[in-house]
Amino acid sequence: MPADSVEREILIEASAEVVWAVITEPEHISRWFSDEAQVHARAGAEGKLTWRPGGRGGSRHRQSDMIVPIRVVDAEPFRRFSFRWNHPHGSRPDEHNSALVEFILSEEAAGTRLRVIESGITAVAPDEQGRSRYLEDHRQGWERHLGELLDHVASSSLAGSS
Amino acid sequence: MTAPTVAEEDALWAAMADPTRRRVLDALLEQGEASTTTLARGLPVTRQAVAKHLAVLDRVGLVAGRRRGREVRYVVRPERLDDAAEALARVAAQWDRRLARIKRLAESVQEQTET
Repeated sequence: MPADSVEREILIEASAEVVWAVITEPEHISRWFSDEAQVHARAGAEGKLTWRPGGRGGSRHRQSDMIVPIRVVDAEPFRRFSFRWNHPHGSRPDEHNSALVEFILSEEAAGTRLRVIESGITAVAPDEQGRSRYLEDHRQGWERHLGELLDHVASSSLAGSS
Repeated sequence: MTAPTVAEEDALWAAMADPTRRRVLDALLEQGEASTTTLARGLPVTRQAVAKHLAVLDRVGLVAGRRRGREVRYVVRPERLDDAAEALARVAAQWDRRLARIKRLAESVQEQTET
């Protein structure tokens, strides 16, 4: 059971160059992800994502900025971009203390298919910020896609229980 | 099902974070019901290690042991697995939202470059 990864994808009617810019450039990132972003699309680059109180990401009840460190793992222009995040501040991220987010771009006739895989989600649990982020999301009731979960979690057992 | 408390959710995360433990859970899902000994046979870890992992899984309610004669047989408790599954579903839903925003942004940038 790949119990702690999720994979999603979407087809975008734009070139891979444009999609690449949107997922890696701070001025774009601040329009789909965090409220503010310090990101350099270069392997090994450290960066951070900041969510402001009252900003995007269901942070209505938060009193202060939430700052999440990231470290770029792989940056291959127009093809793939990956980073680790949610590791404790000041520590080097690895598979035990952070989640890995991978974007994979592939050009198709109709545009660019963008796949995202987040793995190691449970590894961030001991980290206070990561945990509170997930809990806050929980409280605010994100939409539930339980049907699609069957790809990710032991389908036989879930099918029998729900 | 009542919503898990913060402490419960923490314990669940921690229990699921260990890769060997997930393999134990996997094997148990496949076999339906199994003893420590039969589980250890299919895994590259000792019987003692399996017992230890089962104890952790039992503590957070992901598995339950039932005595059958001289041995204890374990089963997965799907309702707790649903809690873990829900946590993953939230992450998946977040990415769906982000991808939808990326799509809107990229398509509007694309339009601007074409005109």
